[in-house]
Amino acid sequence: MMDAETLAVFRAEAEGLVESLESNLLALKDAPRDRALIDGAFRDLHTLKGTGAMFGRADIASFLHDFETAFDRVRDGSVEVTPDLLSVALAARDHVVALLSAEPAEGADRAGAAILSRLAALMGTPAAPGAAPDAGPWHATFRLPADTAALGGRPELVLEELRRLGARTIRARTGDVPPLDRLDPVCLYLGWEAEIDATATEDDIRGAFLFHEDGLQLSLTPPAAPDATAPPPRGPEPPQHRAPALMRVPAERLDEMMDRVGELVIAEARLNELAARFGDPGLVAVAEDIQRLATAMRDNTMSIRMTPIGAITGRFRRLVHDLSRELGKPLALEVTGEETELDKTVIERLADPLMHLIRNAADHGLEPPAARAAAGKPEEGRITLSARYSGAEVLVALSDDGGGLDRDRIRARAVERGLLAEDADPPDDALWKLIFEPGFSTAPAVTELSGRGVGMDVVRRTIEDLRGTIDVASAPGGGTTVTLRLPLTLAIIDGLLIDVAGERLVIPLAAVDEIVELPDSLADDDSGNAFLDIRSSLVPFLRLRRLLDSEGQPGAHQKVVVVTSGEGRVGLVVDRIIGSNQTVIKQLSPLHSGIKTFSGATILGDGAVALILDVPQLVARGRSDTDCQGEAAA
Amino acid sequence: MTDAAQFPGAARDVLTFRLGGEVLAVAATQLREVLEPAPVTRVPGAPAFSAGLINVRGAVVPLADLRVPLRMRHTPPGPDARILVLDLPLAGQQAIVGIHADAVHEVTRIGPADLEDIPTVGTRWPPRFVAAIGRWGGHFVTLPDLPAIFADFLSGQSGRSHLPGPTAAGQQDLEIS
Repeated sequence: MMDAETLAVFRAEAEGLVESLESNLLALKDAPRDRALIDGAFRDLHTLKGTGAMFGRADIASFLHDFETAFDRVRDGSVEVTPDLLSVALAARDHVVALLSAEPAEGADRAGAAILSRLAALMGTPAAPGAAPDAGPWHATFRLPADTAALGGRPELVLEELRRLGARTIRARTGDVPPLDRLDPVCLYLGWEAEIDATATEDDIRGAFLFHEDGLQLSLTPPAAPDATAPPPRGPEPPQHRAPALMRVPAERLDEMMDRVGELVIAEARLNELAARFGDPGLVAVAEDIQRLATAMRDNTMSIRMTPIGAITGRFRRLVHDLSRELGKPLALEVTGEETELDKTVIERLADPLMHLIRNAADHGLEPPAARAAAGKPEEGRITLSARYSGAEVLVALSDDGGGLDRDRIRARAVERGLLAEDADPPDDALWKLIFEPGFSTAPAVTELSGRGVGMDVVRRTIEDLRGTIDVASAPGGGTTVTLRLPLTLAIIDGLLIDVAGERLVIPLAAVDEIVELPDSLADDDSGNAFLDIRSSLVPFLRLRRLLDSEGQPGAHQKVVVVTSGEGRVGLVVDRIIGSNQTVIKQLSPLHSGIKTFSGATILGDGAVALILDVPQLVARGRSDTDCQGEAAA
Repeated sequence: MTDAAQFPGAARDVLTFRLGGEVLAVAATQLREVLEPAPVTRVPGAPAFSAGLINVRGAVVPLADLRVPLRMRHTPPGPDARILVLDLPLAGQQAIVGIHADAVHEVTRIGPADLEDIPTVGTRWPPRFVAAIGRWGGHFVTLPDLPAIFADFLSGQSGRSHLPGPTAAGQQDLEIS
């Protein structure tokens, strides 16, 4: 068996290749004659096969060999790429994934054979001849007596015989060849290992050694258990076609690196404080150097962790392709802003919610083709996934051009479930949010895909865990857009350090718009005015002293930090601005993660812990309070 | 949890400490370190049980006060006060938490013979929070069931999502001033 590390390397390589293969196949759907794509897919198949063989996964290598043979007819132009062909090819890709999994399911061999015969039928070639194509080969490791040549034996005839029996690879083992000065020319130092097709019988193979039985060392592993005893054959690496400058790194190492950089940034802040206290010019200079390096390290590490959202959109293309077939609706997925980058932890956790949203859009959002035609829309339903930056956030929007949310039905369902009073008539966006309630489904029929009402609350939970928010917009007949707002990173940010009643807190600097003095007329806690007039726009504000339940009275010259999130702005009244700092975000433990005012905590230069204010939550709070006041006034 | 479940027969090393006038003990296997009192950052809106955060070697660690669930009187910390840093399961994951101690005594071995049955009456503490009661020197020493205490707290927390509103702290909810 492969040891765990080798296995991990193999998996990582194979997964990368499978991913690339899939994206090439999916791209071929739109450009069936694109030579570059066909060549790319072929290359992926070939390299994958080589990787499989190199790591001793004969089952994978053999399956891919036949897949590749069939696909070669596409490459040489004798077969055209058709949707049917792509579907089979994708099924074959799935089969490879199944083979890669730790324990391939029962009957995997038969499934593989079925895929290959469908593939062969489409290619107009008979199925691969001979035995079951995916039975593994024999592994033979052998050593002839050292005096074989001296006695007139001819090892090359043995090799020839093995080749005749169907040896795919024969490799010499040269480990015992001595240095030249000690080499005896008539002595045989070489051993061999060979992989021989399963069509050969054990007697056939043993027969090949008929004349060398004295002193022969032969170990023969039957095909059923290809890697049970024999060590995985190692040979020259097959040619690799990969971008030379890329490296696959286990994600945990990046996480560890981020932790170290976090500690470095904290240590650097301490050093700076000390340097400022002692005032020694040499020390200050070193502290500044360290600060510069730490900042650069931080930015580099962060950029390594930033992953374009395109890394997960490939699977959505696949999903839409499959959904389209299952639902019998022509569907197209358009992706924009694939280069938009998010922290890898955010990206990884985003895949599931987006998958749910796409399923939902395809199943419920988009009407059947006939209904679309009747409404004067193109038959093909369009799902758009777009990503873009907005301040310290990334907006990921999923839209469909379907029928839109059904206001009456959602309202009725909400009343039925006791989420709304009989006579309540909430505004649209409040009503749309109800679709994220657990178990909330208006679907008349539960389908295999959706309608059980489980998906959407998972979406909300995941996005909330990521400290993001969800907006829904919908127009009758005009489709639905779900917008996810996500923080750029969960690791390190630039922060603004503030003081409220002697306690220090951090506001993410990217969210800060401006800082203004609190007018004396508003300094008093009881002054009724809810808004600040900033260049003739009215900004609601929150007194952090009250929000944080602080003690004592504020001094003069309170400041207002104006922060934005999405479309909203809110002013936060603080006692004093301390300055900016690099903030390593530490997640709050489960004991405190329920307190939504804070998005995390950080460690300051003097070792104290400071809480980080959650700007989107505060802005939402400022808005809803303003709305309440507005309603009360009306 | 029964004492047998947590202390199946074998003797256990525990750290004894004083809190609220009682002698308590935690299993030495749960203990990471004992710290001098450190600056505590208040978490506005957090309940008294876990009102603060401390810095433990670069990690932000919640500081819990066992006096709240065990209904002990609160005395101001004296010169012997310490913080015990523990490894505990929280919400299904291993987590680091700090707990207050008025003073730390010693690491000692408590064998099965030293363990008493948990009396069903006469204790001030909710029985589900007590893993075992033993003898140490001339004292009774209580081994609180820390996983149960934290799990109980977390399940009570699940409904909370905001700073104290009118119900939670008897205060006006936040409004625009």
